[in-house]
Amino acid sequence: MKNNNFPERPDHRIIYEAIAPESRVLDLGCGTGELLYHLVRFKQARVQGIEMDKKAFYECVKRGLSVFQGDIETGLVEYPDGAFDDVILNQCLQEVRKVDFVIEESLRVGKRVIVGFPNFAHFHSRLMLGLGGRSPITASLPYLWYDTPNVRFLSIKDFQIFCAEKRLKVLSAHFLGKTGPVTFWPNLFALNAVFVLTKGKEG
Amino acid sequence: MKSINKKQAQPEAGVEATRHFTFAHPPHELLLECGEKLGPITLAYETYGRLNAEKSNAILVLHALSGDAHAADLHGGGDDPGWWNEMIGPGKGFDTNEYFVICSNIIGGCKGSTGPASLNPKTGRPYALDFPFLTIADMVNAQHHLIDHLGIERLLCVAGGSMGGMQALQWAASYPERVRAAIPIATALKHSPQQIAFNEVVRQSIMADPAWREGNYYDFGQPEKGLAVARMIGHITFMSDQSMEEKFSRRLKNGAFSFNFDADFEVEGYLRYRGANFVKRFDANSYLYITKAMDYFNLSGGKLIPTGKPINTRFLVISFQSDWLYPSYQSQDIVRKLKGKQVDITYCELKSTYGHDAFLVEVEEQTELIRHFLGVTLKGYHSWNGQGIKYGGFG
Repeated sequence: MKNNNFPERPDHRIIYEAIAPESRVLDLGCGTGELLYHLVRFKQARVQGIEMDKKAFYECVKRGLSVFQGDIETGLVEYPDGAFDDVILNQCLQEVRKVDFVIEESLRVGKRVIVGFPNFAHFHSRLMLGLGGRSPITASLPYLWYDTPNVRFLSIKDFQIFCAEKRLKVLSAHFLGKTGPVTFWPNLFALNAVFVLTKGKEG
Repeated sequence: MKSINKKQAQPEAGVEATRHFTFAHPPHELLLECGEKLGPITLAYETYGRLNAEKSNAILVLHALSGDAHAADLHGGGDDPGWWNEMIGPGKGFDTNEYFVICSNIIGGCKGSTGPASLNPKTGRPYALDFPFLTIADMVNAQHHLIDHLGIERLLCVAGGSMGGMQALQWAASYPERVRAAIPIATALKHSPQQIAFNEVVRQSIMADPAWREGNYYDFGQPEKGLAVARMIGHITFMSDQSMEEKFSRRLKNGAFSFNFDADFEVEGYLRYRGANFVKRFDANSYLYITKAMDYFNLSGGKLIPTGKPINTRFLVISFQSDWLYPSYQSQDIVRKLKGKQVDITYCELKSTYGHDAFLVEVEEQTELIRHFLGVTLKGYHSWNGQGIKYGGFG
């Protein structure tokens, strides 16, 4: 049964539930604003979106959201430290060139950063590449090699190692398959992952 | 005798709806930023739509350099539809079924508000250059008196393009508690040297005309040549290379070169026509004063949102791709300043080939942006679900 108080998309639902009421939220690459709209309306969050795509931008406008056209990599600079409770980087990290810079900046302007990305090591990808010898196309990575917006291909394991190296504290991690959450061997069976991060201890 | 004042005394055709509000009677003159006092001050204004019982639906639209209080043709009967008629009216971007829209002529103007062509009560003659120098903040302070007079505690929105956008920014800076939302369009926090340079050429062309007579031309007629050239320069800066190509290309007016200095090309004819028309409707001294006020305007360096003042004003900032007079980087600079203060911002650079004129002619996208922005500002997210938001079925 549909509950309109929750976002439709499962990844949006996870992020929605991870965010406390009345939080200040920045969504980098907010798309059509489905998630932000629910946060504003049902969690009284104060939200700001950044979106490059004109059509998606207008969808946000129709929802009455504050959103500006711009790219993620230059979108963070002017925000003061700790301006937001949560910074969302959902399904856009794979399109970002300076990944470590964007995450570092996000952790500067936000107390927590919520990162969602498609898992490149899903077994479909592995089969397509390993046995088929083709660049993988999966439900979460649906593009052909020549028209993909993605410039980064990362697995859940890659990201866990990245977090450890950068001393990022993982507050929670969520893994999604085609039909629901994945608990067993996520790096093989999860199509998407959502990590809630905060700054680790200095030094 | 050709007198601007005479013209002003009688309402022009089609602006019967223009009302006048006079305040700042001595000894309570308005103190201006230059240190001088001005009073009494009259503001010409028009209103469209109805103020609701809570007085929460009032929008002040702010005109640009040569605009006036006649923003829309809702009262009917005029030849002049109004400078933002496409945007103001029932079902339009500023929907007069929903909102109460106010537009006033700025002080320093010549369309019914006190300006250099008005009579100086001390001398009984036009102020001319005895008129004090003005700033955008002075214009806004004067409007503030009008808003008080109309009994409006808090405006839903202030909106305008070009110099109108400067006023919108100044409203947010001077009276943040009285503005719920601001829509600065095709504008800047400050004029660049290039913008000042154009204005200086404009002023010099007026002042170089012997008919200007150090501003004391009211008994003799306008410095028409100088003012016409000033306006021609303006029109060049309002268009883009592409819009001029589309509008005129190199087309000839009479099919062949005249081999004299008549207007051979259509673009020449257009500029001459615009210049000649402008001198009939605009006071040269007003043009000098207002361009100077634009050059003085500067809300950079933290002045847009002074620290310590909480700001709840929401912003919709709009720029246009082909606008080289107020390029997008200047709007993006506004956005950057607002981000630093964690203000809610919607920003968009619209595609247009019309150059700076785009804010007057690109109706469709501006309407879409403004309609939704105003809707949620007035009604909040909880009620803003009827238009555009699809529940469920998304994806």
